[in-house]
Amino acid sequence: MAVQRVKFYQTGSFAVGNRLLDPAMRSVQADRSRANAITSGHRACRGCGEALGARYVLDAAMRATGGKLVTVNATGCLEVFSTPYPESAWQVAWLHSLFGNAPAVAAGVAAALRAKGRTDIRVIGQAGDGGTVDIGFGCLSGLFERNDDVLFICYDNQGYMNTGVQRSGATPPAARTTTTPVEDEAPGNRFGQGKFVPFIAMAHEIPYVATATIADLRDLEAKVERAMQLRGARYLHVLVPCPLGWGTDASETIRIARLATESGLFPVFEAEHGEVTDVSPIRHRVPVEEYLRRQLRFRHLFEPTRREDLIARIQARADATILRFGLIAEKES
Amino acid sequence: MALTVARCRPEVICAYPISPQTHIVEGLSALVAAGALTGCEFVNVESEFAALSVAIGASAAGARAYTATASQGLLFMAEALWNASGLGLPIVMTVANRAIGAPINIWNDHSDAMALRDCGWIQLYAQDNQEAADLHILAFRLAEELSVPVMVCMDGFVLTHAFEAIDVPDQERVDRYLPPYRPRQVLDPQAPVTIGAMVGPEAFTEVKYLAHQTQLRALTVIPRLAEEFATVFGRRCPSLVSPYRTEDADLVVVALGSVLGTLAETIDELRDEGRRVGALGITTFRPFPAEAVRAALRDGQRVIVLERAFSIGSGGVVSQDLRAALDGRDCPLSTVVAGLGGRPVTRPSLRRLITQAGSAPDGPTAVPPPLEFLDLDRELLVRGASVAARSAAERDERSLRNER
Repeated sequence: MAVQRVKFYQTGSFAVGNRLLDPAMRSVQADRSRANAITSGHRACRGCGEALGARYVLDAAMRATGGKLVTVNATGCLEVFSTPYPESAWQVAWLHSLFGNAPAVAAGVAAALRAKGRTDIRVIGQAGDGGTVDIGFGCLSGLFERNDDVLFICYDNQGYMNTGVQRSGATPPAARTTTTPVEDEAPGNRFGQGKFVPFIAMAHEIPYVATATIADLRDLEAKVERAMQLRGARYLHVLVPCPLGWGTDASETIRIARLATESGLFPVFEAEHGEVTDVSPIRHRVPVEEYLRRQLRFRHLFEPTRREDLIARIQARADATILRFGLIAEKES
Repeated sequence: MALTVARCRPEVICAYPISPQTHIVEGLSALVAAGALTGCEFVNVESEFAALSVAIGASAAGARAYTATASQGLLFMAEALWNASGLGLPIVMTVANRAIGAPINIWNDHSDAMALRDCGWIQLYAQDNQEAADLHILAFRLAEELSVPVMVCMDGFVLTHAFEAIDVPDQERVDRYLPPYRPRQVLDPQAPVTIGAMVGPEAFTEVKYLAHQTQLRALTVIPRLAEEFATVFGRRCPSLVSPYRTEDADLVVVALGSVLGTLAETIDELRDEGRRVGALGITTFRPFPAEAVRAALRDGQRVIVLERAFSIGSGGVVSQDLRAALDGRDCPLSTVVAGLGGRPVTRPSLRRLITQAGSAPDGPTAVPPPLEFLDLDRELLVRGASVAARSAAERDERSLRNER
């Protein structure tokens, strides 16, 4: 296989290459000999959150497993942009079968490795939110309840972006998609629908469930590493903004992900065996409006008339999430 | 059957229960639990779609993978069936043939496997339980030699639930016949490959062409493997087609599966009465052994295809392949749909069918219609029609009353 030259990134104090940090503390991306699991040159859109997330996840997993890793991928953007025959961006053992069966295929790989006494080789399954929360959900629940030795990653961009931005079970309320259009009486996706699969994963009482975003890549790496220290079914739900589907500038991807957590709309936490063990507190809280108004999919909340009622309902959701997870530490008196 | 499959040393078995497949996987789970089948993972999954998907993952990771299903379960797998063959994964699966609803029906016919005849899997049909056992052993060899998945089809209940003494090949001979699985390509972190890339119009036709060529190779590989089987096990294993008393026959009935046993007995009876009739069993249905069929039939023979499934709105499924195989030959062909949803295909019915079709000692008499349903209960149709008419009339009356 042709090996691509590894690019060396170095910026800011807590960014990838800081030589002042202890080597063990540095990002996997700071390592010249990192796996470079997904090379550049693939066909993802500019500013793609999923491509960034996948690179960090897989490079971290490769480091954590000493390169003994097999990856199973569901159909979706990540699969399509990385493997247009005869090209492949993957430098890891990689299998794509179907849209809805990635968890089961990953379970099959794990079963084969168990049968062959090769449990030193670890398995990652990955899918977008469609392949995880909707069409792949039955297989995912089966993987969880059997506690198969697989880390399953959901790259959540809150819709079917590969097929042209349709609504999924992970699309937030009021978001405009091509199947939840904005009309006077129907302002985008309905309230009171959708599911947050990390909760459902926790209900299976599997060893490890965590959420992360591409705004905190060190946290993402740490969670992959933590997941790889454990055996059994593990689930990592990563928020990956999609410039195309969310209607944001390609340069805004990281900022949007950060605002999703700082507004309280997307909680970042870890759970083991069904119990929350750690949350990432919000250090600088912002109103949801800060997050919403930067995205064209929510523009109808502000133009032509400001929909105070809908913004308030979304704010209420954020407030409830902050309360539920204790995302804001009580002020010391 | 479970014991035979176990002797093929599968490394991953996954299953979702559906009648009449259940006790095959029950038996295998017992063998794994008891430690009689070692080096094997038994995975209980949440659906047939997952069952085949687990097999896909296991096979791609280099394990010999097996599953079993029937009917609705096979259809629920449909998407994954095409995927397994497209990826060239040598999975072996038992299909305990069963009808497809609605109306829901758990009994035997071939609607399930026939509905998936184009999915790229090799399909072998067993006549009896000995053949079913032997074909499983051959199937693993065949699948792994060609890197193509294989279905072994055996009639639900008629075979799966029959008590029949069979010889289960011993482990030493199975090991001699079936070497450990050496995958063509495997998910190995040491030598990473990308499996399942997206292929556009520039190469998709070529991929399918190659899949066709590979499957056609089975037509030469199967007879060779069957010969080798006979050497190792000292018993004939069916391969492409099984002709029965066809040489001087005026009429030949073509069929698949367990009905061939009843058919052979019927033919013996009719032969005793001086009628020149024979049967042609098709063991390998995909790839279709057109040449073997042509060789088994000669000009002037009338052919009846006994279909245990049919294509609604068109007619016989097997007949289409027969017609193509016999193109340009003088073999008048008719289709008889028989034994749907578990209706027994009896000797008297077959006798009536064959004699009416014209196999008198002094030659053919009547030309049968092109598509016929054996033992069609016309009285039931009339009764059903009158019930439907009555309820329609009652509905009209009700709506009239409401209008008033």
